[in-house]
Amino acid sequence: MKVKEIAKYVRSKNAGPFWITIDIFCRSQEDFQLLRQSPNLTADKVAKMYGVKPGSVQVFYADRINVIKYSFPRPHPQGSRYENDMHGGQQYVLLAEQEV
Amino acid sequence: MNTCKILMPIGNLGIGLNRQEVEEAMKQKPDAIAVDAGSTDSGPAYLANGMNKYQKQMIRHDMEICIVAARKANIPFLMGSCGTCGVDGMVDLCYELALDILKEHNLQGKIARIYASQNAEVLKRKYREGKIHPLEGASEISEATFDQCSNIVALCGAEPFIEALKNGANIILCGRATDTAIMAALPIMQGCDVASAWHGAKVVECGNLCTDSRKGTGVFLTVDENGFAVTPTHAEAHCTPYTVSAHLLYENVNPFRLKEPSGLIVTDKCEYTQVDDRTVYVTGTRFEPAEQYTMKLEGACLCGYQSINLVGMADPKVMANPQKWIDNVKMLVDPLIEAAGYKKGSYTYEFKAYGYNAVIPGPVPEGTPVPREIGMLLTVTADTQDEATQISKIFNPYLLHCPVDMSAQLPSFAFPFSPVDCARGGTYEFMFHHVVDVDSPLELVRIDYTDYKSDNSTGGC
Repeated sequence: MKVKEIAKYVRSKNAGPFWITIDIFCRSQEDFQLLRQSPNLTADKVAKMYGVKPGSVQVFYADRINVIKYSFPRPHPQGSRYENDMHGGQQYVLLAEQEV
Repeated sequence: MNTCKILMPIGNLGIGLNRQEVEEAMKQKPDAIAVDAGSTDSGPAYLANGMNKYQKQMIRHDMEICIVAARKANIPFLMGSCGTCGVDGMVDLCYELALDILKEHNLQGKIARIYASQNAEVLKRKYREGKIHPLEGASEISEATFDQCSNIVALCGAEPFIEALKNGANIILCGRATDTAIMAALPIMQGCDVASAWHGAKVVECGNLCTDSRKGTGVFLTVDENGFAVTPTHAEAHCTPYTVSAHLLYENVNPFRLKEPSGLIVTDKCEYTQVDDRTVYVTGTRFEPAEQYTMKLEGACLCGYQSINLVGMADPKVMANPQKWIDNVKMLVDPLIEAAGYKKGSYTYEFKAYGYNAVIPGPVPEGTPVPREIGMLLTVTADTQDEATQISKIFNPYLLHCPVDMSAQLPSFAFPFSPVDCARGGTYEFMFHHVVDVDSPLELVRIDYTDYKSDNSTGGC
C-alpha cells in the first residue's frame, strides 16, 4: 500500500524560505503506528527520496492528532533560479506515492 | 482576572476582507484588531524590490474596514509586516493609506510607524562582533552579503508594539514582524499569561485556517492568566481541539518548540478543551525566555536576469522520453553559445518539462503513462537581461525543430508566442537565515508617531 492510500491527507509547504515541511495526517492511531513503523518512511529514507543530506531530515510525531511531520532544509533557498515549487506546496506528492 | 480579546479578521491583510463579517465581529467587543500583512512565502522578489504583493487598493480596502471599526470602538488596530516584505517604504505606503482613510471618515488617531529596515553597515559591525548567528539550514555569508542585499529587515517581536501602545498609539503600522508578535503584544502588555499569548497568536496567525470551515475569514483570540481560547468569527465555523492543535504544524519546522525573539514557545504538554461547540480553550503552554534577545534577519538581492521560452509539445516520440530531447538540444546548442562568445559561468539555463517532471524533479517512476502533451520551459539566467535574451535566441531554432531521433525528419514544435522568448526581468535570492543579538528589543527599530486630528478639529497631522 502507498502512503496516500492509508493517510487522510498529505501536504507540504515551506517553513520559511530555507525549509520544507511535510505532514501526513492519519485517520486512526493504528494507521499512524503503521506509517510510523514503516522502514520506508524513516528520516534517512525521506532524505534520500528528496535528495537532501542524510541526517538533515527531522521527524516529529504528533501522536494526539495522529500526524507524522518531516522537516528538512531545501536543496536551494526558496525562489532561487533553480526553483521548481515556490511555496513547496506540491512536494508532498513524492512521499504520498511511497510504498509503505 | 486579566483577559484580552483580539479580533484577527483575516490571515493576510490585502486579500479582501468582508465588511459585514468585521462589523458583526465588533459586536463581540474585542480589545483590539490585529492583522498580519506580510510573508516571505511568495519568494524573494518582494523584499529585494521593497514591493507589496497584494494590490494597493485592496490593501486600502482591508485597512479601511479595520481602521474605521477600531477607531469607532476606540480600540487599537495593530498591523504587522506592512506591504508583504515590511521594508520602511511599505510602512510609509500604509501610513499614507491610513491618513487618507482617517481623513475620508473624519476620524482621529495616533499612528505609530515602526520601522524595521536595517542598515548594512550596522549589521556588518554586528557580524564582526560575532553577534550574527546562523540558524539551521542557513547558507554561508560574509560581510559582502550585507552589501549585496538591496533590502534587509529584522523581524520585530512584541516589544515595539507594546512600546507604541504605551505611548498611546491606536493605529500601529509595523514593518517586518513575527506573525505572532502582532497578536501577542496587547495580551502580554495587559498582564495575561505570556506563554498563552504567544501560543494563541501562533494558532490564529492564519485566520480561519485553525477552524473547520472556510466560511468567514476571522477568529477571536481570548487570552487570560491561565490559557487562551480561540473562536471563529463566523457562526457556522468551529474550532475543535484537532483544528487548533493541527494548525501548529502549518509552515513550522517543529510544532512543539517555536522560536520567538524573546524566547521559545513549548507546546508539547498542552491541554485542548472544547468549551462550547465553536470554542477551544488551551492551557499548559510553557515559555522559555531566551538568555539573549535576538531578531531574525531577512535579506534579498538581485542575482541575475532571466529570459523564458515556453514550447508546447504533443509529439509522442518526445513524450516518451523528454529528457532525451533536452539532452539533444543541449548537445547542439552548448557549442553555439560558446561560439557566440558567451563564457560558461556567466550564464545558466534550465529546462523544465511541465506535464512530466518539472514540479517533482528527477526520474519519473516506471509505469508512469506517457502524457498527451507537455509544456517545455527553458529559463536562461545571465548577468544582464540582454545576455539572457541573446542566449534564448541561440536556442530558438533548436527549441522549434530539434528531433529526438537525429535521423528523422525535422519536427516543428508549438510556440505559443512570437517572439517565443520573454524577458522575465530580475531573479532574486534570500540571503539570510540568521539572527542578530540586540542589546534591547528596540535597538534596531525606529518608531515615529503622528497624532492625526480630523479636519473638523484643531491642528493638522
